Amino acid sequence: MSAADATAVRAVTRTRGRFRVALSVGVALIAAWTVVAALWPALAPYDPEAQDPLARFLAPGGAHLLGTDQFGRDTFSRMLAGARPVLQVAPPATVLGVLLGTAIGLAAGTLGGLVDEIIMRVLDAVAIFPAVIATVLFVALAGRSVTVMVLVIAGAFTPIVARSVRAATLVEREKAYVEAVRLRGGSTVREILPNIGPTVLVEATSRFGDAIFAAATLSFLGLGQPPGSPDWGASVSDNRLWLTVAPWTVLAPALAIASLVVGIALTADALRGRREHA
Amino acid sequence: MKGFLLRRAATVPLTLLGVSLLVFAATELVPGDVARTILGREASQASVTALREQLGLDRPWIQRYADWLGGFLTGDWGESYTLGVPVHDLVLDRLGHSLLLAGVAFALLAPVAVGLGLWAGVRHDRAADRVISVGGLAFGAVPEFVTGVILLVVFAVKLRWFPSGAQAPEGSGPLIVLWHLALPALSLVLLCTGYVARHVRAGTVASVESPYARAAELRGLTRGQVVRRHVLRNSTVPAASALGVQLQFLLGGLVSVELLFTYPGIGALLLQAAVDKDLPVLQAAALVLGLLYMVIVLGADVAYRLLDPRVRLGAVTS
Repeated sequence: MSAADATAVRAVTRTRGRFRVALSVGVALIAAWTVVAALWPALAPYDPEAQDPLARFLAPGGAHLLGTDQFGRDTFSRMLAGARPVLQVAPPATVLGVLLGTAIGLAAGTLGGLVDEIIMRVLDAVAIFPAVIATVLFVALAGRSVTVMVLVIAGAFTPIVARSVRAATLVEREKAYVEAVRLRGGSTVREILPNIGPTVLVEATSRFGDAIFAAATLSFLGLGQPPGSPDWGASVSDNRLWLTVAPWTVLAPALAIASLVVGIALTADALRGRREHA
Repeated sequence: MKGFLLRRAATVPLTLLGVSLLVFAATELVPGDVARTILGREASQASVTALREQLGLDRPWIQRYADWLGGFLTGDWGESYTLGVPVHDLVLDRLGHSLLLAGVAFALLAPVAVGLGLWAGVRHDRAADRVISVGGLAFGAVPEFVTGVILLVVFAVKLRWFPSGAQAPEGSGPLIVLWHLALPALSLVLLCTGYVARHVRAGTVASVESPYARAAELRGLTRGQVVRRHVLRNSTVPAASALGVQLQFLLGGLVSVELLFTYPGIGALLLQAAVDKDLPVLQAAALVLGLLYMVIVLGADVAYRLLDPRVRLGAVTS
């Protein structure tokens, strides 16, 4: 091995190491919040709904780790409880959007021709309509519910997933193994699907992060979880009135959202990077 | 190039039709009776029926759609249900505020993101590159209202450097206006920087390692000269398309940023109209925002082609 080769190998090893660190940190953050969402009643020191008029706006420290809000509710307990609503919306929305998008993208990619053309034009038309506006319109008009949130977020993701699945399918379609299946008269979709699996996985991870983003934003706008819910977005919205008096009531849910989405972003980036540098 | 422009221009009326149908259809789905919503539960059935007729709600939808679209095109956008003012003036006034905020954010975003991307690309795989990449990734994942609320706590509440509302008092000078817009603009910039910087970085790395950059260096040009004369030009192409994409996110982010910083923009108006079921305002605001998106997508596409001489001269059709 020449010196240049050795340098190249070291660079690749270093890059892989970096992705491994990012992946571990990301997965750890996601796992931690998932555990909290499942087990918060056992972990929270107080009932997140319990009001205490004598303990309003307590600063962090002492009996209340992250202080209390305008009703004397424990901020730390509410932050833990807030993991559940967001993790009830984002995963089903992601799964639904990825399934629909994969089906459409695969169909467009394998069928080709006029079908492909029509599907892509329709997706283009849908994609040009800004997701936020569509979301505000539909949620405000169709009413506020977990089902509506899941459907709206999944609907916004479908064209994005379909586009990248189609692109991956077009690459695979030209390969010899697909040609062989085609000559044998077998199902090309069944052969292509496992080979675009990594693309779908990366896509799903990115969309999961976006789903948390969307769910939190909807609740912040008052279009998701109802006010008073310990949901992170709703808490930031409720507590921003008391920003100057009790900034911790806003910071705790805000930093909770940030840590979860950053964890997902690190994971998605590491998965993508590992594929590109493999 | 000319053919491309014509083809793209031809899609504009079609998209307008599609967007307007979508907006109209969405507002048609409003559950419950609009007249009942406006008058309240106590109103008599007779007055509800009278209001339905007055608002034209008793006519078939296709007729109302044609009237609405015709009115929109001729500048008659109707009157707000809740505020009782002409929708045209209200929406355009709010749009002006939003464009100012978005403009300030974009003026900050473009040089900062392109600069960071160039820096990361030239110093790729060094510490600066890693900080910029991971930082951009993290801020790009966090919702703008979260970044905004953290900025508020630090710079408006603790340090008191900036005001917490984005709207400057009536008659303030441009500097005061900018000072009020700084925090909301910054939360939008932080959202969009990472994506643009990543694309500029990728373009920069490719052109720094290209044969022409190496040749220029061998001819005796310094690193700075190579970057200025050869790399920068080639990084602007990915920058233009990335900025176009992010401009759409920036506009989308207006809704929550305007709410957070109590700014009278079109995003906040859209949200309020949706909550109040103020249909004329909701329809007009959604359609105007939809058109704005369309113009941006089109503009980014054209800019991208103008910047790349290979595409401009028709050597490559991409």
